[in-house]
Amino acid sequence: MDLLYNIFIDPFAQMAATPDFLLQVLWEGFVTGTLYALIALGYVLIFKASGVFNFAQGIMVVFAALSLVGFYEAGVPAYLALIMALGVMGVMAIGVERLVLRHMVNQPEIILFMATIGLSYFLIGAGELIFGGETKSMITQELGLPTGSTVVDVAGGIVILQHIDVAAAVIAAILVAALAFFFSKTRIGRALRAVADDHQAALSVGISLNQIWAVVWFAAGIVALATGIMWGARSDVSFALQIVALKALPVLILGGFTSIPGAIIGGLIIGVGEKIFEVYWGGLLGGGVEGWFAYVIALIFLLFRPQGLFGEKIIERI
Amino acid sequence: MFKKIATGAVIAATALTMQTASVSAQETLFVPSLSYRTGPFAGNGIPIANGFADYFTMINERDGGIGGLKVVVEECETGYNAQKGVECYEATKGKGALVYNPYSTGITLQLIPKTPVDKIPVLSMGYGLSAAAIGEKFPWVFNYPATYWDQMSSIIKYIDGQEGGIKGKKVGFIYLDVGYGKEPIPLLDQLAEEMGFEVVKFPVGVKEMQNQSSHWLNVRKEKPDWMIMWGFGAMNATAIKEAAKIRYPLDHFIGNWWAGAHADLEPVGEAGKGYISANMAKAGTDMPAVQDILKYVVDAGKSQVSDRSEVGKVLYNRGMLNAVVVAEAIRIAQEMTGKTAITGEDMRIGLENMDLSDERLKELGLEGFTVPIKATCENHGSGGPIFMHQWNGSDFERISDLIPPMTDRVRAMLEEAADKYIADKPGWQTQDCG
Repeated sequence: MDLLYNIFIDPFAQMAATPDFLLQVLWEGFVTGTLYALIALGYVLIFKASGVFNFAQGIMVVFAALSLVGFYEAGVPAYLALIMALGVMGVMAIGVERLVLRHMVNQPEIILFMATIGLSYFLIGAGELIFGGETKSMITQELGLPTGSTVVDVAGGIVILQHIDVAAAVIAAILVAALAFFFSKTRIGRALRAVADDHQAALSVGISLNQIWAVVWFAAGIVALATGIMWGARSDVSFALQIVALKALPVLILGGFTSIPGAIIGGLIIGVGEKIFEVYWGGLLGGGVEGWFAYVIALIFLLFRPQGLFGEKIIERI
Repeated sequence: MFKKIATGAVIAATALTMQTASVSAQETLFVPSLSYRTGPFAGNGIPIANGFADYFTMINERDGGIGGLKVVVEECETGYNAQKGVECYEATKGKGALVYNPYSTGITLQLIPKTPVDKIPVLSMGYGLSAAAIGEKFPWVFNYPATYWDQMSSIIKYIDGQEGGIKGKKVGFIYLDVGYGKEPIPLLDQLAEEMGFEVVKFPVGVKEMQNQSSHWLNVRKEKPDWMIMWGFGAMNATAIKEAAKIRYPLDHFIGNWWAGAHADLEPVGEAGKGYISANMAKAGTDMPAVQDILKYVVDAGKSQVSDRSEVGKVLYNRGMLNAVVVAEAIRIAQEMTGKTAITGEDMRIGLENMDLSDERLKELGLEGFTVPIKATCENHGSGGPIFMHQWNGSDFERISDLIPPMTDRVRAMLEEAADKYIADKPGWQTQDCG
């Protein structure tokens, strides 16, 4: 009886008794979901262009953030360091295309996937060799990003809003809008969708596969840098950050591997869902449940929509 | 003919290699260093490995080694991964390893069953299996200057002193959800029952180390009077930032001695002001032996530190303390066995007869560096006191006297845990200390 009460009554009673805290939980879930969505976006971009899950996206987030901090620590002014970090991601995109992808045109997707695993280990090694393994602070203030917090009085309690979290939400929204425009309204965007459907068919109509891949990997690099800055500002820049990127997997399952809106909605559902469950129901299971709860949400969605919320439904007739 | 020549060459080369290894083992003191300069915990592993290596380099440069034999430190990268740690152990044990310092509770737990078989002791200095402090049951394992259980009891004692009684208070325990973080829970639960305080636990998975907002929302919900952290690596800085974010009073947030180093607080900076942690050794360079490290190693370009200012920081000095203890055990072993080229078995004798007194520390040029460490056949954990230091926004300041553990409570629990550990291991090697 107690168990039923703890599952079905008590959490809702807590929500009603402390609405300010509920709002805080929802806000934290929203911010975390925004960041999950940013990570997932990087995966979606590359999946759209090559049909491959880019295992290296997590380390790309770390590598981009480390490049930025590394340039700054070497004495480069913050904004110049930001441009140079973008340059690093650009060089990496061209390098990946020239040295890895170009040799794998029309290969099975699993081969491309394996190549991204190799790339991931390469970037981990290169990152540790160049920047060292120490934890580094993100140059939040130097980049002009807001710090500090605002306390809002709500329903007899308080909600604490971190300014950097607000900035993260705004930047994520701008990035999503820009990417959505890029992929739906530009020639490259349309070419990219063609490449995603069939490499050889795209080549036959004159689309430069090499150019598309370099552009997409660079776009994923930009998203990785934005994610690295935002997540680095919330915690720190360390190689442990790449593990967080795995949280994008349930987001992708939920939202669909090919959908930008799916990544956003999926990120928000996972972010808010895991916070709510951890805070109000987690104690019943000993706490620390958010590590796996995201996958439970994704699995539940999979039962009803195997292609994800916004994924393409592929019907193959035999 | 070619086949015969090739076979002969291979046999000759193998014999030569074996001979070289054997000579090398006899003419040096081989100390493997299971380090982690890569991976999620590298930020903590790097200064530890540097301090450990630099002290031995200084001993070799200044004194020509120990007892006339050079100390060879060979690093093996574990990435703080238990499986890789075991691989490192297997790869180096045949080279005449004297002692293993795993720097990971997970790796320590894997090595404990191997130590009596290979006759190479493990020194898990201030970490690992707490029950291994019972020397009769764990002849090959040493975990002084204090076990996790000793340390937790000292932290509770500190809170008790600050509150004028901990009874009726709520204590939050946030920990890395691996063997290391879970290790002190039995003692914490027991003390909570005996002393009448409430414990709320917040496990943080490795994947969530930099994503702790849920945990700190729960802290805000539970409103504990004090928070204790058993964290490591990137978890620490994130936890302190999240605590500051929810406006938890940082002077009521205490980390253990793996959650209170410059590597943890420097990325946090001013936001971490007031945070407290336990420690076992003094930070700083104002000791003759550390000055010798700067002179013989760092300034001579023989160190791996990227900056001279790294010397003297909390984890660098922790690694150095580990090396001091190993060096002292080697010296004691040489003295007691009459041999200069000692073995793992001899080293065990050295570790068991450890007596790093204040006078001895002064002789070593390390006056006041750490609490005295004295081991016996029965006690491999020393049960030493700890002290608290507090982050002032840019550095640590010591804020407490030495706080001894609750030995009367802890020892009985350790003995019980040791009995339980070996109960299902028939043939487990114990020793009689009678």
